[in-house]
Amino acid sequence: MSSETITMLWEYGLWLAVTVGLSLLVLVGLLLCVAFLLLMDRKVWAAVQMRRGPNVVGPFGLLQSFADLLKFVLKEAVIPAGADKGVFLLAPLATATCALAAWAVIPMNKDGWGTWVISDLNVGVLYLLAISSLGVYGVIMGGWASNSKYPFMGSLRSAAQMISYEVSLGFVVITVLLLVGSLNLATVVTAQTHGVGTWLGLPASALDWHWVPLLPMFVVFFISSLAETNRPPFDLVEAESELVAGFMVEYSSTPYLLFMLGEYVAITTMCALATILFLGGWLPPLDIWPLNAVPGIFWFAAKVVFMFFMFAMAKAMVPRYRYDQLMRLGWKVFLPLSLVMVVAVAGVLQYLRSV
Amino acid sequence: MALTAIFFYLFATLALASGAMVIVAKNPVHAVLFLILTFFNAAGLFILLGAEFLAMLLIIVYVGAVAVLFLFVVMMLDVDFAELRAGFIKNAPVGLLVGGVVLAELVLLVVARVAAPATPATIAAPIPQGTTNTEALGQILYTKYVYFFQGAGLVLLVAMVGAIVLTLRHKEGVKRQSIADQVARGPATAVKMVKVASGASAIPDAPAKR
Repeated sequence: MSSETITMLWEYGLWLAVTVGLSLLVLVGLLLCVAFLLLMDRKVWAAVQMRRGPNVVGPFGLLQSFADLLKFVLKEAVIPAGADKGVFLLAPLATATCALAAWAVIPMNKDGWGTWVISDLNVGVLYLLAISSLGVYGVIMGGWASNSKYPFMGSLRSAAQMISYEVSLGFVVITVLLLVGSLNLATVVTAQTHGVGTWLGLPASALDWHWVPLLPMFVVFFISSLAETNRPPFDLVEAESELVAGFMVEYSSTPYLLFMLGEYVAITTMCALATILFLGGWLPPLDIWPLNAVPGIFWFAAKVVFMFFMFAMAKAMVPRYRYDQLMRLGWKVFLPLSLVMVVAVAGVLQYLRSV
Repeated sequence: MALTAIFFYLFATLALASGAMVIVAKNPVHAVLFLILTFFNAAGLFILLGAEFLAMLLIIVYVGAVAVLFLFVVMMLDVDFAELRAGFIKNAPVGLLVGGVVLAELVLLVVARVAAPATPATIAAPIPQGTTNTEALGQILYTKYVYFFQGAGLVLLVAMVGAIVLTLRHKEGVKRQSIADQVARGPATAVKMVKVASGASAIPDAPAKR
């Protein structure tokens, strides 16, 4: 081997090692966060209903998710006799993998070392949309492979629902991209250092973030992401009053755990996406001393947790939609609204450019 | 370059293998799932060519929406395999013809590459220097060929309206929800004050209670 080849191999090896290390770091951090977010979800829900929620395992029930993990892993995985075994097991794997893969492009901070992200894609937003649209496959495959009626009904509902809301979600993202002029997620965040607030002469603050000029779109995005992740009030996929548990009926043990994990990771991804697109990512709410000295990752995490809290509150407070109402909301309300906003934002930008 | 080559062969092999499985698979749902795997590998090949925008769109549009509907329809179909096999011999000549045309075109493509070695270079680098792929596509679609783009959009719109006109029918006697009516409903329209005589019914035409 020539020395050139060795250098090349060394470079590839180093690059590979760094990427694998970063991925593992994000993966472990994310899974830990999801474990506690799941607990938070249950605690918030309990608090709204004036219950205590899980409070037995560990102090304040903090270890509840880990106890659940052990329980799921140690149980027997039951595969129904008529099920298509390969697809049946592939479905939860696909759900969990797709949900976790989305975090490869989510930028969490930017400092002297550069952007804190595994892969700084210049089509990051599209990658996220692509991955989140793949989430539907786990549901469809699981519903079909179970060879049972309730799961199949659930998966059919889900397919229609997720495709419908993806459209308006895409248009909402387009309005943000029009303002930014880039598909790179880190650029989307840095573009929010100046906006309405600085235009008024204030220092860089929360008023510069995209939620101010695009407030209606932020609301549409939030509701669409509830529907996209099959969260209440749009959890018709697993409506327990009609379909028992929808596509998950036949699942038990680790495959069920993977579905659950995929769902919560997808929710966290949507929270992170909302944070990046509308709430200024890692930027502090006011760019003055004690606040901007805090590492950006803290602000990022705080905003994601805030968004997750909103998700949990929606689950606790809003009754479930009926299926036809869900479809009406997606196609007849959100789609025209977001289309009009795309045209309006493009028009305003063109006008401002010509002035 | 070595890494690119490895990934190229990985994606190409998987695309070919899963493409073959689409035809070979006995279960139509498995066939569609393999088709999706083929789309994925095609997207991977696009990324290797530097067309990341196209790759992402391929996944969003084809894998995320079109293939889902495919799967949706195929799952609900009750496919009779005996009948399908019976049609195989009958349709074989047409299939062979189409396959032969595609094969001939592919061979011609290879011949063209050999005959004019300069062409592949321009095909492989269609993006002007200094712009991203998204910008380059936008320039071509929305600036250079904007009228063609709008025309294609209109054709699609007409097709969509046509499909709706052909399939939408309002059944008689089906109750539909009118959200606007429900929201507009207030005390003035929903409540009627009736003076009820002692012993009579509140409903005007109802027989009086005894």
